[in-house]
Order: sequence, then C-alpha cells, then structure tokens
Amino acid sequence: MTLLPDTQALGAEPAPGAATDASGTPLAEPVAPAPKKKLGLGAWLASGWLGLLVGASILAPILPLKDPDASSTGTPLLAPFSGDLLLGADGSSRDMLSRLVWGSRTSLLIALSAIVIAFLIGGLLGLFAGFYRNWIGKVLAGFFDILLAIPALVLILSLVAVLKGDPTKDQGLPGEMIVIIAIGLVSIPLVARIARGQTLAWAQREFVLAARAQGASSRRILFREILPNVLPAMAYIALLGIGIAIVAESAAALFGASVEPPQSTLGNMIETGRGDMQEASFVMFFPIIVIFLTVMSLNFLGDVVRDRFDVRESAL
Amino acid sequence: MTDPAVTDPPASADDLPADLTQDHDLDLPTVAPGEVLLEVDDLHTTFSSPRGPVRAVRGISFELRRGRTLGIVGESGSGKSVLSRSIMGLMPTNATRTGSVRFAGNEILNASAKEMRGYWGDQMAMVFQDPMTALNPVLRVEKQITESLHEHIDMTKKQASDTALTLLESVGIPEPKRRLRMYPHEMSGGMRQRIMIAIALACGPKMLFADEPTTALDVTIQAQILDLLQAMQRDRQMAMILVTHDLGVVAGRAHDIAVMYAGRVVEQAPAQKLFANVRHPYTEALLRSIPKLEMAKHTKLDAIGGRPPDLTNLPEGCKFAPRCPYAQDRCLVDDPELTPDPDDPTHLYACHFPVSGVGVAVSAPPTASGVASARSEREVKA
Repeated sequence: MTLLPDTQALGAEPAPGAATDASGTPLAEPVAPAPKKKLGLGAWLASGWLGLLVGASILAPILPLKDPDASSTGTPLLAPFSGDLLLGADGSSRDMLSRLVWGSRTSLLIALSAIVIAFLIGGLLGLFAGFYRNWIGKVLAGFFDILLAIPALVLILSLVAVLKGDPTKDQGLPGEMIVIIAIGLVSIPLVARIARGQTLAWAQREFVLAARAQGASSRRILFREILPNVLPAMAYIALLGIGIAIVAESAAALFGASVEPPQSTLGNMIETGRGDMQEASFVMFFPIIVIFLTVMSLNFLGDVVRDRFDVRESAL
Repeated sequence: MTDPAVTDPPASADDLPADLTQDHDLDLPTVAPGEVLLEVDDLHTTFSSPRGPVRAVRGISFELRRGRTLGIVGESGSGKSVLSRSIMGLMPTNATRTGSVRFAGNEILNASAKEMRGYWGDQMAMVFQDPMTALNPVLRVEKQITESLHEHIDMTKKQASDTALTLLESVGIPEPKRRLRMYPHEMSGGMRQRIMIAIALACGPKMLFADEPTTALDVTIQAQILDLLQAMQRDRQMAMILVTHDLGVVAGRAHDIAVMYAGRVVEQAPAQKLFANVRHPYTEALLRSIPKLEMAKHTKLDAIGGRPPDLTNLPEGCKFAPRCPYAQDRCLVDDPELTPDPDDPTHLYACHFPVSGVGVAVSAPPTASGVASARSEREVKA
C-alpha cells in the first residue's frame, strides 16, 4: 500500500483560502480565513454510531445490563423482541444485548491498544527508516519486508499460542493483553512501511533542506519538520487500522485464539453463534452487523480526515 | 503596488537585539567589512550517477569580501546552484567535493555535518528559489523563524518571538503580528519569499546565498525582493552570492559577476567592467538574448543555439566551442584556462579568441557609503 499524496486529485480542488493569494498582488489585503467545510450526513451518521458504541462500551459497568456471562433466561436462542430480552438470547441463554455491549468493550479495547502499540513502535521505526538513508534505514526496511512476507493471521495465532504458554498452568498475562500484543506486533511492519513511505516523500521536500541550512539538527528536522507533515496521513491510517484490528480479533476468535470464553468479544460471539446458524442466525449476525457498521464508520471518518488535511497541502 | 519596503527604508541592523550580531556557537575571528570572508580554491563537485560521474562544478576559485555581492550567472545546468550548495556543504550523499573552501580563515570543506551546523544559519544562510516549497506547510511562520534562534542562540520564548516580529518588520511585511500566526499557504508568493529572507537573516549570518531568489515569483514582485536583499546585504554588511540565470538581475546589484558555463567560470570581472567590455562569447551571447526596449518591433531574439553539454560526457577542448560562433579548430582540442586580461588583471576570461566591442552601460553598483539608491538603477538594466 502506498500513500503518496494524490497530486492530481489535489490540484483539481484549490483551497478556498488560496484564491486571494494566487495573484500575489494584494499584499496588504487581509487574507480571509478558509471557511470551515461542513460535515456531510454520512460523517454525522458515522460519528453517531461510533459515539454510541464507545459510549456504551465505557458505560457498560453502570448500564442496567444483565450479566453477560450467565444465563438470563430459561429459553436458549430466544428470538429478539420476543421476551424480556431486547435482542434475544444465545445458545447458552445469555442476554445478547449485554454480551454485545460487553463484547464491543473488549473488542474496542483490544483494537485501540493494539493500534497504539503499532503506531508507537511501528510509526517511530518507520520515521527512522525513511529519514536515515544509510544502513539503519536499509536494515529496518528489510526487516519490515521480511515480517510482511509472513501471513498476518499465522503470525497472530502463533504469537497468541506462544504468549499463552502452557494451558495447564496458570497463565501469566491476562487474555486481553495477549491478544493486544499479538495484533499490535503484527501491525508494526504495516504501520512502519506506511510511515516510512510518508517520511521518504516529505524528507525530500525543499523545506527540509532549508531547515538544514538553518542549522537544525537531524532530530529536530525529523520531529519538528517532518513528523507534523506525516501525522495527518497517519491519523487516517490509524482510523482504518482500528477497523482492521477489530476484524483481526474476530478472525483470531474463529481459531480460538482470542480472549478465553465465556468472556464475550465480538469475535467470540461470532464463533459461538456459528454453531446455531441454522436455528438462530441472529446470534451470529448481530456481532457481525456491529463490526460492519463500526468498520464502515471508521473508514468513512478516515476519508473525512484525509480530505480535511489534503486541503492544506493542496493550497501550496 | 504599495509596499513598505520600497517606500520606507527597512529597519536596519541596529534595531535588532544586540546579541544577534555576535558569534554564537563558533569561535571565529571577526571579519570586518571589506575583509575577505570566503575563499574558494579549485572547488570540484562530482555526483555519482548510474550514467557515470556528473561533474557539476569543475575547478572554481574566487574570494569574496564582507559587504560585497558576487553575482553568479549561467543557464540551467551550468552548475551555479550546485556551486553555492557545495560551498555551504549542503550536499546529497552521492556528491564528492575536492579543493578548498575557507570561511573566515577556517577550512570548512571537509567539516562534518555536525561541525557545519554551527555555521549553517548562524554564519551563512541561504534563501531558496521557491518559497512555495521551502517553507514547511504545517508550521506557523513564527515557529519557522524562531526555530533557528533557539538552535543557535539561547533565547527565551518571548525574546525569540520579539525578534521574529522585528525581523518581519525589517523585511517589509505589513501587520507582522498577525502574519506570525499564519501558515505559509495563507500568504502570497512575494510574502513567502520575504518570510524566507527573514528566516535566513534570523541569526545574523555574515554570508548570504541567494539561490535564484526571484525565479519563482511574479515579475512585479521580483524587483521588490531583489531590492530587499540588497538593502539587507548593505545594512548588515553581509557577503552575498546572488545566483541567477538573468544578467538583468545582477546588473546594478552585484559588485562582481562570474559567468558560469558547464561547471566553470568562463568570465569574471567587477560588474561595470564586465558589462562595459564583454570578452567571452558566452557572456556576449547571454547579453544578446535579452530583449531590449529600443529594439524594433518583431525583432527576432538572439537565442543561443544548441544545448549545454552533457556533464557526464564533456567534450574535449572549450566546452562552449560547439555553440560558439567564433570557434576555431584550436577551441575544439584545447580548453582555455581562466586568465586575466593583459590590460586589466581584475577582468578574467577563459577564451582563446575573446570578443571585444560589446558593451552595455550599467550604472555603478551600490556601495556601502553611496546613497545612490538601487531603485533608480533598475531602469538601466542591461
């Protein structure tokens, strides 16, 4: 995946603020601040859904929800809207709504933490790899390529297996932490490669040379001149990355490599619902719908972020 | 066109905080105005490329005194921009330099990047060609100016911010307070070039490289920026190298002019002497290719036929010979050295068969004492 700025698309849409500057003549004329672009309906819907999901996840302990891990009703696979449970019950008679909220909480926590790890380590390594064109950069870039050659799912599953250790003994790390580390580590080379590409592109700009000609140190150039330019693109990648990490958790769950049941995650819910697909497909589809809406919303907001920041770049 | 830099005299160096004019990181001998600041001796710069070595600068020597401006003129690919970057040491990794560059008596050609950081910004600074790309798009103007102040001079935030404000005033930017909070994309090209100049001057360098500072600007803005550079150079008694492809830009603004071709100086003289008595056919051709007002309508411009030579595969003999109307057999085998004119040792040229008789009247270059303003000279461009 390359993320070089799409110059053609940028050139087609000049920034509103730049129009007065182009002629260069009205030197003393005050430049009007660029009007704020209005958010579209889609962006509102996306942020609304994410707000609901994040809000519910944070408030899960104080919301009037039933115990997600214990049976709440006598009827397994209770259909939604039919009993006192809004979204029905799964095969073990557990409240689907409660499990969805608590599952989203765990899944979001895993995805967010994994992305934070990936960006802190991968982003930094990518910055160095793109900036230092000597052996440091080459070794790092080669390292990312090697890691990328290994299928991500295989790597996640083996990492989880290694971190879990002997199942007969008491495990050292909490289940969430294991999944976070596994997904985070696997994402590092992906993030690093994108950060490296961005850094490479920005490091060749003339303002970097200009900063050097003013006596700026390499560290200063990297973190004060280049990093602020790389960040908008990385924010976009981070939003997409959270979506991908949620999906990765579900994939790991299908192989039993996510958090140990009965604790619910979106992936675990799909996995348990899989067995009851014939009789009660909703058990599997509710978590899938949550994942679908969440990933869609994240992608949509990512595009909004990208468009927003590209304006500033295209004005140059 | 109202512009404070033209109507009001720009703020002089006296307005700046006192410690700006002192040396900071380095312990260099003081070079008084008029003394030699920069000595370049037999400088060669070669880039390695897949097609073989590119010899961009091939043996250039000159010295530059503090308070003087050297104009370096040449067409694209003549090595003029590489020359100024070679002197500063701002080279990509595939470049090798040989020869000698002495700044205030110190040899800096083989200095490490770490050592050079003490010079960059503090002792020597560069104004780049394109202010659109040479400013960081996501940093406010204030930050870009104060960055090098923090790097070289121990300043508080408030001091640095005040200095930035003074600098913006001195480069003729209206409403400097508001501009400090702006991003580069909120300003016009001329404004951005003024910001570039303010950044370059922030730490009070003694040597300023202006690398085609007006090429990317509107014609209407060009003269303002050149006037500003000239005023700054005079006020601060800097040595300045003004690189351009336009003889009209250096006429009346540079004290000395060096004409470059294929990585070498082919003619070098004090500006007036050069314009009064052009000796090298290439300089003559450059002068002829400038349109003049008194020419009849629809006069065909004299373009220089052919193209500059391939720097990876230079011809034998005089490098200009293939395009030279006066070339003879000897020119194709024997490369002439840069030698002083027998009648005038300050006028150097590299030609076996120098031309004579082409002269253009150009008024005297500005001197530190002379009040004769550069503005009146603009009308007498070559």
